[in-house]
Amino acid sequence: MTQRYETVIGLEVHVQLTTNTKIFCGCSTEFGQTPNSQTCPVCLALPGALPVLNQKAVELAIRTGLATNCQIAPRSIFARKNYFYPDLPKGYQISQFELPVCEHGWLDIDLENGERKRIGITRAHMEEDAGKLIHGETVETSSNSLVDLNRACTPLLEIVSEPDMRSADEAIDYLKKLHQIVVYLGVCDGNLEEGSFRCDANISVRPWGQEELGTRAELKNINSFRFIKQAIEYEVERQIDLIEDGGKVIQETRLFDSNSGMTRSMRGKEDAHDYRYFPDPDLVPLVISPEWIEEVRATLPELPEAKRTRFVEELGLTTYDAGVLAADRELADYFDACVTLAKDAKGCANWIMGEVLRKLKETDTAIADTPVTPERLTDLLARIADDTISGKIAKTVFEKMWQNDQTVDQIIEKEGLKQVTDTEEIEGLINEVIAANPDQVAEYLGGKDKLIGFFVGKVMQASQGKANPGMVNQLLKTKLKG
Amino acid sequence: MKITRAEVEHVGRLARLALTDKELDSLTHEMDAILDYVEQLKALNTDGIVPTAHAVPMENAFRTDEIKTSFTPEQALSNAPDAAESAFRVRRVIE
Repeated sequence: MTQRYETVIGLEVHVQLTTNTKIFCGCSTEFGQTPNSQTCPVCLALPGALPVLNQKAVELAIRTGLATNCQIAPRSIFARKNYFYPDLPKGYQISQFELPVCEHGWLDIDLENGERKRIGITRAHMEEDAGKLIHGETVETSSNSLVDLNRACTPLLEIVSEPDMRSADEAIDYLKKLHQIVVYLGVCDGNLEEGSFRCDANISVRPWGQEELGTRAELKNINSFRFIKQAIEYEVERQIDLIEDGGKVIQETRLFDSNSGMTRSMRGKEDAHDYRYFPDPDLVPLVISPEWIEEVRATLPELPEAKRTRFVEELGLTTYDAGVLAADRELADYFDACVTLAKDAKGCANWIMGEVLRKLKETDTAIADTPVTPERLTDLLARIADDTISGKIAKTVFEKMWQNDQTVDQIIEKEGLKQVTDTEEIEGLINEVIAANPDQVAEYLGGKDKLIGFFVGKVMQASQGKANPGMVNQLLKTKLKG
Repeated sequence: MKITRAEVEHVGRLARLALTDKELDSLTHEMDAILDYVEQLKALNTDGIVPTAHAVPMENAFRTDEIKTSFTPEQALSNAPDAAESAFRVRRVIE
């Protein structure tokens, strides 16, 4: 049944900008503080208070606009969006309406079938966040809502996409890509749980081939990628079932309930969306000069996509490895630092994606705090390259490096881990192994070649892993034949 | 008539104003007169004139991103009709 309909999705993402202070006043934006300890006359909407625009918020908006291929408006204005709700003390939200700061951008997403699809970005506008409502849970407050205005007036950039996505998967690809970019840019901390990156999804379905869009429902504030996928999939099914049963989709806001996996209607249409926007007389127009735009452009970091391409084309990594390493800016910087020191990109990639990532995960450490710095890791790789230690022993050394700050050479020396490359010493071990396992020797000589692995294992064990494996293999074959 | 009584009632509801029938009548009359007055602007030729957002020729009033001292929760809540748990207390807005 699903195949008879086409899904159409547009997304609105609220990105909380990483300023120290609010968008129109000097109160701190720090998360999780005592309720109403970060307010002032401006964000409490006391009479006579004047909002003044935070220049840093504008800079971060320009940054995001440039990275998402938007045109930066030379002149934009702020507007009042009027609605009545206790989380909004002024009775209106300061936002942008007719002249937003960014317009006409796009992002490319990579589809499962290997194709690339361009998702249009209609606009991105600056606005202030509302306060937080806590619905009372104690006996005293059970019939109340409690209003915390610490978040009121926090700077947001709302990025609105075109209705270009055709499945929940495409929507998630777009969101993850946008998330990665804003975190890379440092314009947002990307924390979905704390609400720094929030998504509203506009969803409609239409019979295949129909040009006109179906009536859409808007899903509000979903705080994880997994829930967004679930919510979209549920909503698509709901709308198709409704139409198949002869019903009509109504334009409304719906909430996703992660416990039931269902969406439900949030409020009637009657006085929703009657916002009566008009230019805010308290705020003068925002004019962004070409010079300012170029100044911001010059500070843009290399973005994930460009990094991936460079890792593949210039450093010879596989697409998969490049994808993992470029996904996180600090991890990519770590990798780049290693490659600069060691030249061996493939070796660095293998170690980072293997041991380093495993250990970071195991110890719940951020890459920025790793005790094994690029310098130390590449010192270790150098000792593998010059045959001082084997790759296997290197893992033991790596563990020690994580625990203390001794140099690689100090650890190898102290632990006696230097690789045994002395022919006589290895031959001695081989002789012992051969003498101790006469049955296997007979079988091997009888044609069971696979047993060579057994002997190599025994010799390596006898050397406590320190014998050079290549030499062991070669010497064993000669000895056994002899 | 530039504005109907129903429109005034609607706008009043959006602003959460409890208007009596008498107030609705007089407001409809007054707002109609205002709109009628503003109507004179239509006599002007505004072709090629950019919509005016601000009457003052000024742009880019910025502040730097520096933290200033905020109110204490006690100060913030001192005008509140009702407060609890360091927050403004209002009637419950969802079921």
